Amino acid sequence: MSGAILEVKDVSLSFKGIKALANLSFAVQQGEICALIGPNGAGKSSLLNVINGVYRANSGQIVFDGTPIDRPTPIGVARLGVGRTFQNNALFRRMSVLDNVLTGLTRLGHASVIEVAFRVGRHPAERRAFRERAEDIIAFLEIEAYRDAVVGRLPYGLQKRVELARALVASPKLLLLDEPMAGMNSDEKTELSRFIQDVNQELGATIVLIEHDVGVVMGLSHHVVVLDYGRKVGDGSPDEVRRNPDVIAAYLGTKH
Amino acid sequence: MSALVSSVQPANLARREGAPLVSLNRIAFVLALAAIYVVVPLIGNDYWLNSLVIPTVVMGLAGVGLNLLTGYAGLVSLGSAAFMSIGAFSAYNLLLRAPFLPLPLALIVAGFVAAAAGVIFGLPSLRIKGFYLSASTLGAQFFFEWLFTNFHWFSNNSMSLTISAPRLEFSGYNLTSPAGRYLLVVVTTGLLVWLARNIVNSRIGRDWMAIRDMDTAAAVAGIPIASRKLLAYGVSSFFCGIAGALWAFAYLGTADAHAFDLDKSFQILFIVIIGGSASLFGNFLGAAFIVLTPIVLDLIVLWWNLTDYVDQGSLTNLLRIIFGLIIILLLIKEPDGLSSLIGRLARRLAAWPLRI
Repeated sequence: MSGAILEVKDVSLSFKGIKALANLSFAVQQGEICALIGPNGAGKSSLLNVINGVYRANSGQIVFDGTPIDRPTPIGVARLGVGRTFQNNALFRRMSVLDNVLTGLTRLGHASVIEVAFRVGRHPAERRAFRERAEDIIAFLEIEAYRDAVVGRLPYGLQKRVELARALVASPKLLLLDEPMAGMNSDEKTELSRFIQDVNQELGATIVLIEHDVGVVMGLSHHVVVLDYGRKVGDGSPDEVRRNPDVIAAYLGTKH
Repeated sequence: MSALVSSVQPANLARREGAPLVSLNRIAFVLALAAIYVVVPLIGNDYWLNSLVIPTVVMGLAGVGLNLLTGYAGLVSLGSAAFMSIGAFSAYNLLLRAPFLPLPLALIVAGFVAAAAGVIFGLPSLRIKGFYLSASTLGAQFFFEWLFTNFHWFSNNSMSLTISAPRLEFSGYNLTSPAGRYLLVVVTTGLLVWLARNIVNSRIGRDWMAIRDMDTAAAVAGIPIASRKLLAYGVSSFFCGIAGALWAFAYLGTADAHAFDLDKSFQILFIVIIGGSASLFGNFLGAAFIVLTPIVLDLIVLWWNLTDYVDQGSLTNLLRIIFGLIIILLLIKEPDGLSSLIGRLARRLAAWPLRI
């Protein structure tokens, strides 16, 4: 645990005059689990989209591992080692579990279309190596039994885990999880919390997650950032945040 | 991660335990190959080869081309016939003006010319999506028909604006007989389908399907969207280009730009839809359907002497309506196409007498 892996500096984002994020700054330390919480519409997912390069911030800067990223693009950010899952499962529905996981590795591939078509050159070795890594992650998340199933037909909780596998397979340094437990029952939440902790401790990935279940958040995370109306209203350890009057106001409601 | 990598289970990667070394599938595959390459040319008569088998295989190949683009990468094209015509006119000019080129090489180069055109007309796909994207390939459709009709250099200044097979031979063998043309078509198609299969089962094929299913997630997962889309247009047009050359020389013999009109593009689209999107084998089922149904309908007219009751003009239109109705019915009953129908029948047959 040394140094910030991700720094968000004065980031603002607005959609046609509606401010989604207003001069937002915070830092995520290497190796921690950082939870982003806040009421619906607080700008949590928008923030992840800015970090990912899906949205472009109107002002401000994202610093990854000490290096500022000037114009983040989805593929550029992925290459830096950032994995991501989405709020509403963003899986490739008509593909198998294994194929979904394998897509997470594609940016590490170098074989050209000719090598691929004739199964020569770099292709065979790459294919084997990718397959091994995908099988590792599938085993790690305990979804071996569904390896060949079409993702769109799996139950929701499993789909979430497949998405996690896809984000994890390329060994990201930073993992962004957008409501990984939404719609899960408490057993499934406990199970997924365990996986998230394993990812953090065994695979050494720093994790930023958005979650609404405050019980889960407080038990899981080292660091909590609270957003409300695009502004940061709390930032600190779970205990500090729990006592913060602004956070209580944001959750229980006051006049804005 | 290193701890994980060392715990790989090789059993998963090798053949599944308990699977026989020579599976039923493999035997069926070898038998099918033998039938296609040995039996058909031996017993097939000229009419069968010329009017049924060759067009089915060539149109199936064009279907494979479009299916790579539409079924796998989720991009639309209404210009498949244009890319076929580029392949045909390129192969013609290559064989004419560079007589030292052997036939296979001319076909490959013609494929690459079509691929280049495909990439150019695929450029708008980087900005626009779905329905509107079809306008770009529709543009290709009209542009190339106009180009090959108005610039006579492409047809070597022939009065009729037609191109005809300059020479169909490979290492001394004359391929102009129906059996020879059949073998040319089937060998080329077999090879290309193998390449297509390798591509769709690879990283590139997965990237295409990922873009088709959800492009934002694909981008975030690290898939280079723009280059993969252009690659899809290129590979698709390569296949269509070679299919076009085969259509002109191995099937028609003599062709002009109007042999590759919008109608043909739609036919190829129907082949993909009827055969089943994101299936390679399905294209040949779709092509067989497109080629055979009108012939069967004509035969029915002949057998029942329907020409005595309805005049020829209305009958032609009536047949078209019936053909359309069959397509609609098929798609209502089997939206995933004939390949999924066949797959289900095969599974049922395998489980017989149990019902699944």
